[in-house]
Amino acid sequence: MNPEELQYAKTHEWVAVAETDGEKIATLGISAFAVEALTDLVYIDLPEVGKQVTAGEPFCEVESVKAVSDIYAPVDGEVVAVNEALPDALETLGSDPYGAGWIAKLKISSEAGLGELMDHAAYEKQCSEEAH
Amino acid sequence: MPSDASPLARTPLYDWHRAHGGRMVDFAGWSMPVQYTSIVAEHQATRTAVGLFDISHMGRVLLGGPGVSSFLDGLLTRNVAHMKPQQIRYSLICNEQGGVLDDVLVYRPDLPADKNPKYGLVVNASNRAKILAWLEQHRGSQEVALEDKTTDYAMIAVQGPQAIELLDALSSSGSLTALRYYTGQLMTLAGVECFVSRTGYTGEDGCELICDAAQIVGLWEQLVTAAEKIGGQAVGLAARDTLRLEAGMPLYGHELSETITPIEAQLDFAINLRDRHFIGQAAIEAKQKDSQRSVRIGLQLTSGRVPREDCPLLWNDEQVGVVTSGTFSPTFQCPLAMGYVKRAAAAPGTSLSVDIRGRQHPATVVPLPFYHRGNNC
Repeated sequence: MNPEELQYAKTHEWVAVAETDGEKIATLGISAFAVEALTDLVYIDLPEVGKQVTAGEPFCEVESVKAVSDIYAPVDGEVVAVNEALPDALETLGSDPYGAGWIAKLKISSEAGLGELMDHAAYEKQCSEEAH
Repeated sequence: MPSDASPLARTPLYDWHRAHGGRMVDFAGWSMPVQYTSIVAEHQATRTAVGLFDISHMGRVLLGGPGVSSFLDGLLTRNVAHMKPQQIRYSLICNEQGGVLDDVLVYRPDLPADKNPKYGLVVNASNRAKILAWLEQHRGSQEVALEDKTTDYAMIAVQGPQAIELLDALSSSGSLTALRYYTGQLMTLAGVECFVSRTGYTGEDGCELICDAAQIVGLWEQLVTAAEKIGGQAVGLAARDTLRLEAGMPLYGHELSETITPIEAQLDFAINLRDRHFIGQAAIEAKQKDSQRSVRIGLQLTSGRVPREDCPLLWNDEQVGVVTSGTFSPTFQCPLAMGYVKRAAAAPGTSLSVDIRGRQHPATVVPLPFYHRGNNC
């Protein structure tokens, strides 16, 4: 996916929303900036399919050599798919964060959280401020 | 933002770190590089070639005066009055309760007997003010001279299997192979006079260099150039932590604190009790007889989850201790941790559970250190 067309959470998740069979599905991952900041990723604890998630709450954890980090749900919904290949290929998060490095797909039950997301330009601005 | 608005202290290498991708963090009031490239790459460079570490933030204190030997002997867990010139000892400074105020290196520089300083201390950056105050408080009317030379000098660690060879090529004072482990002497490296000691905090062979703060940048640049030719590089604090953890070395604020005695920390080698009287000695002797005490252990996990500081340790569903440091080990490719547990649960081979964020993961008690140099499994 083209990073310029994605939406971003303050907590560095990217989100792409698509409509399939009348249902809105959010695909999400973590941004290249986040992967670069975390460095040395060693483990991801994927959520279970069917898990109900709440916007702004952690639903997945990623371990680096140095620390564990939460991944936050950008919307209310249900986990309908996870990237099963990811735990054995964590380098994908760095090499293709917006494509093969996707983490989960959520069936959106409330779009309220979407309003909190930033476009690419606003997210870039946040990252450049955090880098200083 | 820290509520204390005082700016972070900078080592003479601060600009170099910034210019070479160092991610600067607040470490004990100093702006220090936590990493330059990746933690794993820096770790492996040290294990396989050579790593260069700016450790100028550590406190450097010189002591002299006619009363200095008996003064230090009353404060340190090691007997230092009989140290021979060039010798270096790892020691602890304890409070009356036997709790550790700091772990330090004591240097006995090779200078004429009537010359000052007679001793040097290298203390943790986080404890420098506390230890200086402690020394001052106990000096009383004794004839002891005390000087904090932290910012006058700077300090570099050169660690790894290629460290000695690299330094030999820069030495105009002969080979460093003649320098025995835990000794130090003045040498000239890359034209800079340094106090060179065969010491370190990585589990590898190597040296630590102390030189005039004004000369450290030139020396560092020459070391970096030489290191990069053989697969070495500058290494930040994050890999320093993973290296020392694999080597089973305690870190103050984690495995050591004012409520942990050296006995619990399994640092018996750093305590001399015979014919001594030092602060904390009675409490240390009492702790030796306490069969219920906790002890420091090493833990290995097979799952990908990494135990971190304060994770509870359980044995037969009962909490028996906590984790003090944990990481994913770049050398062994599994999570490793240190912690404290009740003695009954401390034997190597014991199966424990670690509670990581509310879920229990199996862990096995293994002997420390995890890593012995020259023996990668």
